[in-house]
Amino acid sequence: MGDPAASVSPAGTAAPLLAVDRLEGWYGESHVLHGMAFDVREGEVVTLLGRNGAGKTTTLKAIVGMLEKRRGSVVFEGVETIGLPSRKIARRGLGYVPEERGVFASLNVYENLMLPPVVRPGGMSLEAIYQLFPNLKERSTSQGTKLSGGEQQMLAIARILRTGAKLILLDEPTEGLAPVIVQQIGETIRRLKADGYTIVLVEQNFRFAQTVADRHVVIELGRVVDEIPNEALEANLEKLHAYLGV
Amino acid sequence: MSVTAEPAVMTETAETQGSGPDAPIRPESRDAKRFHRYVMFAIAVALVLLPFGLYPIFVMKVLCFALFGLAFNLLLGYGGLLSFGHAAFFGVAGYVSAHAAKVWGLNPEFAILGGVAAAAALGLCIGALAIRRQGIYFAMITLALAQMVYFFSLQAKFTGGEDGIQGVPRGRLFGVIDLQDDRVLYVLVAVIFMAGLLMIYRIIHSPFGQVLKAIRDNEPRAVSLGYRVNRYKLAVFVLSAALAGLAGGTKAIVFQLASLTDVHWSMSGEVILITLVGGMGAIFGPIAGAFVIVAMESYLAPFGAWVTIIQGAVFVVCVLLFRDGVVGVLSRLLKRPL
Amino acid sequence: MTTLFGFPTQALFGQLLLGLINGSFYALLSLGLAIIFGLLNIINFAHGALYMAGAFVAWILLNHLGLGYWWSLLLAPVAVALFGVLIERTLLSRLYKLDHLYGLLLTFGLALIIQGMFRLQFGVSGLPYAVPAELAGGTRLPFMYLPTYRGWVVVASLAVCLTTWLLIEKTKLGAYLRAATENPALVQTFGVNVPLLLTVTYAFGVGLAALAGVLAAPIYTVSPMMGADIIIVVFAVVVIGGMGSIMGSIVTGFGLGLVEGLTKVFYPQGSTTVIFVIMAIVLLTKPAGLFGRSS
Ligand SMILES: Nc1ncnc2c1ncn2[C@@H]1O[C@H](COP(=O)(O)OP(=O)(O)OP(=O)(O)O)[C@@H](O)[C@H]1O
Ligand SMILES: [Mg+2]
Repeated sequence: MGDPAASVSPAGTAAPLLAVDRLEGWYGESHVLHGMAFDVREGEVVTLLGRNGAGKTTTLKAIVGMLEKRRGSVVFEGVETIGLPSRKIARRGLGYVPEERGVFASLNVYENLMLPPVVRPGGMSLEAIYQLFPNLKERSTSQGTKLSGGEQQMLAIARILRTGAKLILLDEPTEGLAPVIVQQIGETIRRLKADGYTIVLVEQNFRFAQTVADRHVVIELGRVVDEIPNEALEANLEKLHAYLGV
Repeated sequence: MSVTAEPAVMTETAETQGSGPDAPIRPESRDAKRFHRYVMFAIAVALVLLPFGLYPIFVMKVLCFALFGLAFNLLLGYGGLLSFGHAAFFGVAGYVSAHAAKVWGLNPEFAILGGVAAAAALGLCIGALAIRRQGIYFAMITLALAQMVYFFSLQAKFTGGEDGIQGVPRGRLFGVIDLQDDRVLYVLVAVIFMAGLLMIYRIIHSPFGQVLKAIRDNEPRAVSLGYRVNRYKLAVFVLSAALAGLAGGTKAIVFQLASLTDVHWSMSGEVILITLVGGMGAIFGPIAGAFVIVAMESYLAPFGAWVTIIQGAVFVVCVLLFRDGVVGVLSRLLKRPL
Repeated sequence: MTTLFGFPTQALFGQLLLGLINGSFYALLSLGLAIIFGLLNIINFAHGALYMAGAFVAWILLNHLGLGYWWSLLLAPVAVALFGVLIERTLLSRLYKLDHLYGLLLTFGLALIIQGMFRLQFGVSGLPYAVPAELAGGTRLPFMYLPTYRGWVVVASLAVCLTTWLLIEKTKLGAYLRAATENPALVQTFGVNVPLLLTVTYAFGVGLAALAGVLAAPIYTVSPMMGADIIIVVFAVVVIGGMGSIMGSIVTGFGLGLVEGLTKVFYPQGSTTVIFVIMAIVLLTKPAGLFGRSS
């Protein structure tokens, strides 16, 4: 909080909703994040781009407090959260959709959906969620993991929308899904943005990211190496190809 | 205080004595081996000197339990398998040795070997069943099967039920040397102990022992390298049972008694305690552990239930604060594997 | 005297009932063990000792405070559950990041301490606990005499087991428990207080053990060693059933109690070991247990 860089956003407008600075992270002895730093303003959709193993997932885990050994600063709505346990971070209004989706096998779809407690007023109602994802209503009594990959992804997103979380961290929501489903997820994200949600999206597929994001943060070996506004993406294609090795 | 998913994905068997940074240093280098030779020599010298300072009968008891602990630790520290039923091998070997010496009139060496054979055979049966599961289940299965052996011992004729087999003759070693004198018997027990220790040391450092360590540290990888993991586990289980039998048979001859105490689950707990106090996975750990525990129990014996309470407290304290045990700590202080 | 398969029906049904009663205790205990293991990854060796403690609390309430059976049925589980909270908060919570085996060793030590304490205070010989007046007497059925208290024990534990099952499978709290059993770290990122859930679960599990202890008090004498042998049998029950399923634990517990009762009729010498033999057979044919998911 005392850090001037954290309190003034690059654009010079209001303080960012999320400010990550000097973030270090470890798995046991292995040092994975090396001073990550980026900001996310309210209402923005920001993607984290980077190769396999760059540290995107680890960054999200560090932000939500799942990564046990972490250091540096993560300021959410002006409050330092680096030392809080993950349940307290979540209670501040942060929702996390993990890469592996984390749908529970021993819960049915409805139970999965209702599992995360409401952390803030203003979350989506069950009706609104069913309207957005009609499949979930149809299959509400099926075992969570009996859903298709796309439906599981919907479920993982939907259950966070119920909680009233303001900032949503989405880890590769399109991974391994059919193009129709990817498109549907893209629409969902744009819809959420229109509703005022702030989203951090981890992606490897920058073509998809381009359709939803305002800004792209490029990560390499646990550091931010570049930031590209969405408008400038086409102009920076070559650079991006080099970063992503595609 | 945060909860992670880590424990759930941790390998169940490998972590017991920790592969993390504060795990006991393992003997790999030539330097370590030379150091171990010195330690062995020191132990041999101590074996010669001890009976001059302590009652031979006390030292013999310690040695029997130390050998029992070494056998148990072979399975836990190097096989990664926590048996909660080692009393079965210790106790049954005691019964067989006692029976062989008393009823069949065998020489003590054959009586003890008979006990070893019985323990090995029992180890083969129990081991074959128990290695079908890992970690916590392995512990529960060995405990349950050992309890079955206990009930069998309680009901069978030859064990003498509640009375046990009393008045077992120590006999004449090789038919010549009379073991009635404690000092003479002490020499035999010391030799058996030293032989057991050397054998375990050889096993750990043999190619077989290396494979065991590989399995303990990463079972899936050992499988993918083509090792028939279950055969190795069973082999180390049987070896451990046989050595526990050596300890149990010897104890029966020394104390001229085989009783239900030695097959009871509390005896399985005791050998775990000995190993825990001494240092799980430290080669010489159980020797120190046996000294501490046997001495403690001798002093506390008059206080009845307090023995159990203090044993329990030692368990709790060791698990919470002192996981490397006496020898583990010593080993870290000396910066040398022990 | 009527007979069935050449055995007097009186004896047969009497033993079956006794088996069912043992089965009630196996079910209550293995249920608690399974819930605790699912969430905490700890095999609670102290379970038997806490079952014994439940019986003793009932005895103490009666003999020192004049509180009868029905009060004990409520207060003993609560008292033991509170003790469980203490154990979990001060001891077990330090072990979650270590290998599961440390939990086994620590709770084994706890079992020794608890048993030793009660032995010190009450000696080894058992203390009697009378059947409550409301449940004294019995009914003469066409095929056997049914002591009311024994019938009550079976019905009560069955009811408790099924309630627990409903609680876990059908309620929100149960959903938290199931989810946290699968992935505690993720549940925690939803804002759920998982450490609290762990404490509550442990307390609930040992509360069930204490309840079994109170139910057992009028049937067996109350003695410090009453939990030591039963816990080993319950471990075998848990290996046979596999700890994956709540209903599995209940069914296995009652089923094995019955089998044990039958063995007492047909081959009395085998009654102490039959469960271990079944465990061996299950390990040979279905190592993950009857209701277990193979790992
Ligand atoms: N549980 C773990 N233990 C140890 N190292 C890990 C663990 N998870 C990830 N790593 C390592 O940390 C680094 C960063 O991993 P991370 O999962 O954050 O990458 P990522 O950018 O999300 O990659 P991907 O695109 O494949 O999801 C990698 O080198 C990875 O091998
Ligand atoms: Mg990732």
